[in-house]
Amino acid sequence: MEQPKEKLKLGVYWAASCGGCDISMLEIGEKILIVDELADIVLWPCIADFKYKDVKAYPDKYIDVTFFNGAIRNSEAEEIAHLLREKSKILIAYGSCSYEGGIPALANFYSKEEVFDRAYHESQSTVNPDRIEPKTKHTENGYELYLPEFWETVRKLSDIVDVDYFIPGCPPAENTTWAAIEAIVSGELPPTGSVIGAGNKSVCDECPRERKETKIKRFKRPHEYVAPDPEQCLLEQGIICMGPATRSGCEARCINAGMPCRGCYGPCADVYDQGAKMISAIGSVLESEDEEEIQRVIDEIVDPAGLFYRFSMSHSYLVRRRLVGAKKETK
Amino acid sequence: MADITAAEKSPANTAEGIVPFEPKIIGFLCWWCTYAASDMAGTSRLKYPPNVSIIRVMCSSRVDPSFVMRAFAEGADGVLIGGCHPGQCHYISGNYKTVARISLLKKMLSQFGVEDERLRLEWISAGEIHKYAKVVTDMTEKVRKLGPLNWRKNFEPK
Repeated sequence: MEQPKEKLKLGVYWAASCGGCDISMLEIGEKILIVDELADIVLWPCIADFKYKDVKAYPDKYIDVTFFNGAIRNSEAEEIAHLLREKSKILIAYGSCSYEGGIPALANFYSKEEVFDRAYHESQSTVNPDRIEPKTKHTENGYELYLPEFWETVRKLSDIVDVDYFIPGCPPAENTTWAAIEAIVSGELPPTGSVIGAGNKSVCDECPRERKETKIKRFKRPHEYVAPDPEQCLLEQGIICMGPATRSGCEARCINAGMPCRGCYGPCADVYDQGAKMISAIGSVLESEDEEEIQRVIDEIVDPAGLFYRFSMSHSYLVRRRLVGAKKETK
Repeated sequence: MADITAAEKSPANTAEGIVPFEPKIIGFLCWWCTYAASDMAGTSRLKYPPNVSIIRVMCSSRVDPSFVMRAFAEGADGVLIGGCHPGQCHYISGNYKTVARISLLKKMLSQFGVEDERLRLEWISAGEIHKYAKVVTDMTEKVRKLGPLNWRKNFEPK
């Protein structure tokens, strides 16, 4: 790889994320030394001490590339998203959370009130007799202290600001991360708004397992199967595998390890709603002509929404559970 | 004529000064049966509510679950899917795929807080024009009772 004349300025930021994306950037192994040769880090809260005021002091478009991981679930993340958009030439949503909501967006099945109840009162490890909850403003000895405001709905980065590229994965596999870095450094980037580093087909396309056209009699939950047949398609063995509705690029690594695909690479190219496509795929593989049998098999899928939107709740048409309920408001 | 119709619907002319809720229902109808039934119900001058906006599809299995979810997300109060009776699909097994998809979709929509009555799958053959009128009337009344879905309101600040 040819070295550009001036070193690139690289920013990495985390919003509502677990830190796994930051770690996954190091998964490229010794290639991180190449990144070090090519780029200077100007923001990376996970590994170095940068303050927001340092970033605010940068001129506009100072950062060449920002990898933004984590979903947007409070006002702080929103503010920094706007700030980094202003300061970055290329803003990349890195990982499932910033690309499609990810695990934090599963909270969209609950209201803010329910999330607070669970986190600050209900959970088994919590002792909170005074029912203290975080407030956005507090005054102590004449000093005003602030906390970011917690949102009702978790959003993806592209709902808040314009995003140039998306890198999927929870976390992105090292080949995906590296392919994306290569594309950025070489300047051979697709049109803005594209997903980079990953494939354009489904995980099934990369999967080594074989489809034998078996009729599915029942679906199994993770604790109900021990060792699935190593050769046959997992979906055909009654194990719900998100492969048909998920973008390729991970080299089917979960499936190769004997686990079904969980769908972290998000919807396939040109698809918006991953969960809807998974329902469609399951409808196609059942192939029963008995309505009662179909219903019985469907009933074995206990939590379809949580399963099909495990990573893509913010990237779905409905985005969240209904808040404005008909039952209360019907006249 | 057009002016009178508009005036009749204006808020001032209703009893409480509020426009009564008229459900918006999207109907995905199979071209070989239910669409033909809706066509014949019209030419036979059958009376039924005008709330269903019809989208003709070649088979009920052409209705991807994302069509239904997008309809709800963009303001529909209900979605009706009409297909051929089991065993009578023009494409042999299309409607069996529809059964599986729609049952699973209904289960998932309940997790999103969308009531069961808002999504309806019916088998209506080309000749069953009275069944078509009955289903549309019944569904319109049930959805009217549930009230507006108004999905976008979920994202408005309180």
